[in-house]
Amino acid sequence: MSNSLLEPARLDLDGVSVAYNGAPVLRDVTLQVPHGAQVAVVGPNGAGKSTLFKALVGLLPIQRGRVLIHGRPLRSHQDCVAYVPQREEVDWHFPVSVADVVMMGRYGRLGWVRRPGAADRAVVARCLEQLGIADLAGRPIGELSGGQQQRVFLARALAQEPHILLMDEPFTGVDAATQGAVLQLLEQLEPMGVTVLVSTHDLNLAAARFKQVLLLNRSVVAYGPPQHVLTPAHITVAFGGQALFLGSEAVIVDQCCPPDLPGGQP
Amino acid sequence: MIDWLVRPLSYGFMQRGLAASLMVGILCAVVGCYVVLRSMAFLGDALAHAVLPGVALAYLLGGNLLVGALIAALVVALGIGFLSRRGAVKEDTAIGILFAAALSLGVVLISTIRTYAVDLTHILFGNVLGVSSTDLWLIGGLGAVVLATIALLYKEFLVVSFDPVLGATLRLPVAFLRTTLLILLALTIVVSLQTVGVGLVAAMLVTPGATAYLLTRRLFPMMLLAAGVGIVSSVVGLYLSFYLDVASGAAVVLTATAIFLLAFLLAPRRGWVWAGVRRLRAGR
Repeated sequence: MSNSLLEPARLDLDGVSVAYNGAPVLRDVTLQVPHGAQVAVVGPNGAGKSTLFKALVGLLPIQRGRVLIHGRPLRSHQDCVAYVPQREEVDWHFPVSVADVVMMGRYGRLGWVRRPGAADRAVVARCLEQLGIADLAGRPIGELSGGQQQRVFLARALAQEPHILLMDEPFTGVDAATQGAVLQLLEQLEPMGVTVLVSTHDLNLAAARFKQVLLLNRSVVAYGPPQHVLTPAHITVAFGGQALFLGSEAVIVDQCCPPDLPGGQP
Repeated sequence: MIDWLVRPLSYGFMQRGLAASLMVGILCAVVGCYVVLRSMAFLGDALAHAVLPGVALAYLLGGNLLVGALIAALVVALGIGFLSRRGAVKEDTAIGILFAAALSLGVVLISTIRTYAVDLTHILFGNVLGVSSTDLWLIGGLGAVVLATIALLYKEFLVVSFDPVLGATLRLPVAFLRTTLLILLALTIVVSLQTVGVGLVAAMLVTPGATAYLLTRRLFPMMLLAAGVGIVSSVVGLYLSFYLDVASGAAVVLTATAIFLLAFLLAPRRGWVWAGVRRLRAGR
């Protein structure tokens, strides 16, 4: 890591467009994320935050443009990208224990047929410890609370020993303890040089806890330090009618889980 | 008592029948765990019925019935995968279309067979007591291939069943693994036809796995428990069939169902009786 200035940016998007079920979602996204940066990805519902993450892990095809990781195109090598899905996307009744789920993070490194060894079990134990859920290792995942489930999936992503970690809404619908655990994890990851992208609805959190913010609405509205990104002008562009200004203060009518309001569409 | 247990085994057909039911019981139970967890019960039933045209065709051409069944099952399994690829139609729709088509084709072919075909009824309802030693080798060989594949690809199948999204991010060939699982299911069904027949294969796939699911919350113990249920129902069912003179496949399935009901009522913590007790205690 001594010559990190000479290395290519860890994550480099160049004019990337992504479609979901044939409908274009992201247009012409160009940005560079340096090694070890932590970026909050914010924007209204349907802005393409999840779509961006899914494209980066190869779940959605990239229509135009290119994604470079360590200067090499996506899928040309083990990309070392871990993705923490939103909690609703997982079958919680599946018969696996917490330790089983975290061990799945090792499978990519194990390769075909080989079984996990002592070194893998040590990594799993360390990741469980790091998220404060070591005591739950043997429990079936269906018996966990929402916050605990979130931490299991974070531990699994850690067990992948990723260079780039993508977290989809890790702060949504979890208890304060889990939110604290996630923030603590982000602090631990910083000196390790792990690049992190976190999507969130919480603009205050993004401004307070992240040095870089990416404001998305189908394309990049602004990208950089929060004080340059979260300006009234940018927020108006990104959130449109959902942004409300009182004096110099911006208020976003929260678009997460829209209530039954007419015209509540993003 | 010992005489009661030993006497049936003095017949060669009972020895072969027991060996065949045990192998099929274990094989169906293990593969059935994936069927239960991935909600493929409908697919299993469809594949079992889809072998009918293959069997009829093999009969008409004078070929091996099991080979005919195997080819038909693989064609339908791959056809379902092909139709539902990239969401052209939903998978259960594709299953419904091909299942009915294959069944109809089977009926058309069978109706052209004028003579009463004993072998054919055995495929429909199973005849474990008519198993030859060649059949035993076929069942044992194919069963070993299926179980070995599941053992080798255990962690890959676990990931694509539990979390296909992780599978894709780990760069696993998710579609290839899904197709492999379909092929294993088709092999299992064909191997099982001799013992339980087309009509009852789905029960042997689903019931032991569902029973085990009530009793454990980890995949590997679930497979072992399901295999245990498969073994017990095969043995008990076969003895019942011997002494009560009833159809063997149906006796095996009914035994498995009885074990499932016991587990459903009495499973520790999750069982119906325990839930009732908890309600009573809470009510006080």
